[in-house]
Amino acid sequence: MKSLLEIDNAVKTIYNDNQELNILDGINLSIKPQDFIVVLGTNGAGKSTLLDAITGANTLTSGKILLNNDDITSTNLAKRSRYISRVYQDPKLGTSPRMTVAENLLLAKRRGLPRRLRLRKLNDHMKEFESFTKDLPTLDNRLNTFTEKLSGGQRQTLSFLMAIIQRPELLLLDEHTAALDPQTSQELMELTNKVIQEKKLTCLMVTHNLTEAVKYGNRLIVLKKGKIVLDLDSEAKAKLKEEDLLEYF
Amino acid sequence: MNLIISTISQGFIWAIMAIGLFITFRILDFPDMTVEGSFPLGAVTAVIFIQHGYSPELALLIAFIFGSLAGFATAFMYTKLHIPSLLAGILTMTALYSVNLRILGKANMSLTKPNNIFNRYGLDKLPVNFNGIFLGIVIIAIITFLLIIFLNTEKGQAVIATGDNETMAASMGINTTMMKFIGIMVSNGIVALTGGLIAQQNGFADVNMGIGSIVIGLSAIIIGEVIYPDVSLSARLITIVIGSIVYRLILMIVLQLGFNTNDLKLISAIILALCLALPTIRAQFFRVFRNGVKSK
Repeated sequence: MKSLLEIDNAVKTIYNDNQELNILDGINLSIKPQDFIVVLGTNGAGKSTLLDAITGANTLTSGKILLNNDDITSTNLAKRSRYISRVYQDPKLGTSPRMTVAENLLLAKRRGLPRRLRLRKLNDHMKEFESFTKDLPTLDNRLNTFTEKLSGGQRQTLSFLMAIIQRPELLLLDEHTAALDPQTSQELMELTNKVIQEKKLTCLMVTHNLTEAVKYGNRLIVLKKGKIVLDLDSEAKAKLKEEDLLEYF
Repeated sequence: MNLIISTISQGFIWAIMAIGLFITFRILDFPDMTVEGSFPLGAVTAVIFIQHGYSPELALLIAFIFGSLAGFATAFMYTKLHIPSLLAGILTMTALYSVNLRILGKANMSLTKPNNIFNRYGLDKLPVNFNGIFLGIVIIAIITFLLIIFLNTEKGQAVIATGDNETMAASMGINTTMMKFIGIMVSNGIVALTGGLIAQQNGFADVNMGIGSIVIGLSAIIIGEVIYPDVSLSARLITIVIGSIVYRLILMIVLQLGFNTNDLKLISAIILALCLALPTIRAQFFRVFRNGVKSK
């Protein structure tokens, strides 16, 4: 199957106390459509830097990134956002606090598209948003609530909905359940998995949670000091136990 | 009574400036010091153009354009040269002092031409100071209407999102740099337009008339927020007008109590500090009150 995203020898170097440090050290990764890849790694392994490089928030020192065979290495974040969406770890990073839930969703509906000088027509989208949120107890009937009044779990659910409302070619989840309490975290993870399966999304999910890493996804990658040290396909991953991963931490 | 009418008239005119300031300080979350320079820039531009025989309306339009250009300079330094926001504003403000002197040719100039927006359209036939109130209401209505329409467009929402959460806005594909340019330019345009109006109302322009204008604008915004804490963005623009009038009335009362007019800026700063501290003072008061009730 043709690759959706191809990362070719990605290197990201930073200078710390006059010392060169490769945060990404020659990453080669091929992501195929409908892959649900779980990325594991300790702090400083390069997980978030890898996501930053894919979204365009950070430029690579060397290497290439191809999306559908198009070289997007020097394409800016705004243009890439048309195809790639991301949910951050911090619930506050993904939403606009002084906007209502509906306004945030409307903003996300035009992800990556030019913002024109024409009325946004929020009311025309309310029915769609109502059906979009009606099965989510955390956000049902809250379309007109200001986001700053929502709990962390509600905000993160909204961030996730904003990331998928306009179907992304690639969905990036950056430890998106890590800042939530265990129950909310599990609920959001179940929702995430359900949506990914139903919408047949391609996803790269960074997590620290070994249980989540074993339970979800059809491929697993472990990053250590900027290198991929383990890459398991769905068959190998199915046999994987949490204990097997401990040696990488 | 005349003093109160005059104070309310001042409140309406200065509210226009506060609305401009609101765009940077609250919508974009950008502490913009440029206004202390763009306000007198509008005043000197308006006076010079009127003195050269242009209509007061055109003079105000040109003041708006010049103010926007000042905003452009700050936005450029901030977004393209990565100069910190406060410093970028201070640099433009400092540079504008010389620019204003160049435009005016001296430190201050009186309007000798009878051409003045406050005595056109039959406004001069209104009772004293009512022309300021009438014109203030009309201009506020126009600016508020245009601003509410703009903020409800896709571009306007992108400006709000940029100020609210730049990371999110960028990840939604919004050109956040462009949105900052738009916000800072429109804000300084409105501030300069107010400078042009005040110059016409007072009958002169002075290169130093911007000193303290940030405090006046912020006071109007903060007082509006203290009186009406939870309102929509559109309603917030109206509360700024109320805040501006209340601020002027407080100032008038303080001066009537016999304070020296030389202390005006000191009093203005104290009023703003009190308004900013009010939520904290209120919270402390309620905490002490609650603890008192519990201990009984």
